[in-house]
Amino acid sequence: MIRSVFSDKTILWAFVGFAILSLIGTLLPNWVLNNAMFGLARGLAVLGLLLMWRTGLISFGHALYFGLGAYAVAMLEKFTGTTDIFLRLLAALIVAGGVGFVIGLVLRHYRGIFFAMLSLAFSMVLYGVLVKTEALGSTDGFSVSQTTFLGWRPSSKYPLFLSIIAICLLATIGVQLYLRSALGHLTTSVRDNEIRVEYLGYSVARAVHVKYVISCALAGVAGALIAMALGQVDPDSMVNWTVSGELVFITIMSGPGSVVAPFIGAITFEFLRTFAFEWAPHAWQLIVGGTLLGIIFFLPEGLWSLIRRLWTKKERRRDRYTSSAGARSA
Amino acid sequence: MTDTPVLRVRDLHKSFAGIVAANNINVDVADGEVVGIIGANGAGKTVFVNMVTGYLKPTSGLIEFAGREITGIKPRNATGIGVCRSFQISQVFMTMTVLENLLVAVSLAGQDRRSLLLPLHSDERVKECERIMARYNLTEHREKAASTLSQGVRKLLDIAMAVVSKPKLLLLDEPTSGVSSDEKFGLMDLVVDALKEQGTAVLFVEHDMEIVRRYVDRVLAFYQGEIICDAPPDVTLRDPKVIEYVLGESHRPGVDRQAMEVGHA
Ligand SMILES: Nc1ncnc2c1ncn2[C@@H]1O[C@H](COP(=O)(O)OP(=O)(O)O)[C@@H](O)[C@H]1O
Ligand SMILES: [Mg+2]
Repeated sequence: MIRSVFSDKTILWAFVGFAILSLIGTLLPNWVLNNAMFGLARGLAVLGLLLMWRTGLISFGHALYFGLGAYAVAMLEKFTGTTDIFLRLLAALIVAGGVGFVIGLVLRHYRGIFFAMLSLAFSMVLYGVLVKTEALGSTDGFSVSQTTFLGWRPSSKYPLFLSIIAICLLATIGVQLYLRSALGHLTTSVRDNEIRVEYLGYSVARAVHVKYVISCALAGVAGALIAMALGQVDPDSMVNWTVSGELVFITIMSGPGSVVAPFIGAITFEFLRTFAFEWAPHAWQLIVGGTLLGIIFFLPEGLWSLIRRLWTKKERRRDRYTSSAGARSA
Repeated sequence: MTDTPVLRVRDLHKSFAGIVAANNINVDVADGEVVGIIGANGAGKTVFVNMVTGYLKPTSGLIEFAGREITGIKPRNATGIGVCRSFQISQVFMTMTVLENLLVAVSLAGQDRRSLLLPLHSDERVKECERIMARYNLTEHREKAASTLSQGVRKLLDIAMAVVSKPKLLLLDEPTSGVSSDEKFGLMDLVVDALKEQGTAVLFVEHDMEIVRRYVDRVLAFYQGEIICDAPPDVTLRDPKVIEYVLGESHRPGVDRQAMEVGHA
């Protein structure tokens, strides 16, 4: 098991990448650290959307789970005073996973635009409820106190940053192992041919459901982490449809090629948005949108294909004299 | 061979909003028997296959598999008990390689659902797929994406995927359609040999009468949703009704019914 984990190149590189990031984190100014935390957390939600995308489905409503995770943190604190990271994450996981399971019972029978729009509709319901309910903070939301670690209250944000990295790494490894398993290959199988999957004796609805619940749980944890990093939750930045849109945006920008792509995409997005906002406060959407258009036109497989292209070029150069194998195109 | 037929169909009927696609169908198929299904386009052959394998629910009638009623069963449950099929248009995972297609099929055919969490490319599964690829002449295509295969090879893959779970009953819907004529016999040789070895009963829909004559024990001739003849090939293929309603058309594609009837008269 352990050997099979580290014989996987993707996992190895993810490990190295996250380790380097955690070292760099000690040197970073606070705003950069914050941005990196937001990016990583969003990457976690995008990782779940990648799983759906590989299954041929796009959800325009994952802000629902993102929001549930964030609000689970806030409500847990409000009612029990708990600020412990483990309990916060557990609460987010249970709430987002549980609601995802129930809604998944409906969504698993829909495909394409119906799946996308129904998931959007479910998320709008939560948004509506939150905005209208005083007890749930209405449009203002809640502030979230500093996260504690088994009673320890650190004086900097670094421990939270480190925890986020650890969670992202765990999720990356988990999803990568899952995708390599027989069940994980049912993503592509379901996307390619549902009839065949059924006639091989497996329920397509169930396959979709499992992937959906995993993606909901990931989005829930992502929301909880952002709530902790930001120190507050509110409907507009956590549950609104624009949040779902952003996640889909980053998913497309990252590309479906690898489980580390979501993190690269999400961190890029976070800094792109910050800089765009800095330079052109009134036209930042233009810059962000233009970037996505550019990526779709020039890198249809997402940012990840850029990395893979560089990688294969290097390997090709190395192989040039040793073998005649042509480069495998996408 | 046991007394209980592997497939028993009684008074099967199916209509779609007024169109009768299957009417009064009665068939028994014994263990290991190879049965051909012939009939013009629209005769109801695919509808019959679809009903037996659970893709369509019959309007009325009874389907039994090895003595157990399976009328209206779900496709995945049909597969689970040993009724498998291939399709008129190959249903494979187009973006996956031949090996991956077979690996998915093999892993889902396994009884142990926990093994689904192990890596798809486990040594054991790859070995089994290598055996299957050797059996069905797919070895040279191992790493090719299914979308790049020729029709004939894709059909073979489709059939190979349908039989990995070693079904007791296999229904093949036009296994040789779209396959070049010099590939057809090779394909059927491979498939029929492999299935005979497993003792699988086979029903296959076929338009090429030479293939029917060569491989089947019995032929069912379909016409307008009914079986008009059920007998060994030399009887069915000489039956006057079959010649008039089935062979005329399928032997001369492109000739329409009226022109043919004029010709007969
Ligand atoms: N899903 C369906 N809805 C309506 N009519 C159908 C459907 N499937 C088949 N039919 C009709 O049933 C008849 C038999 O079709 P089919 O079994 O596909 O013929 P074939 O013998 O060529 O395989 C045809 O008239 C066809 O139009
Ligand atoms: Mg047909």
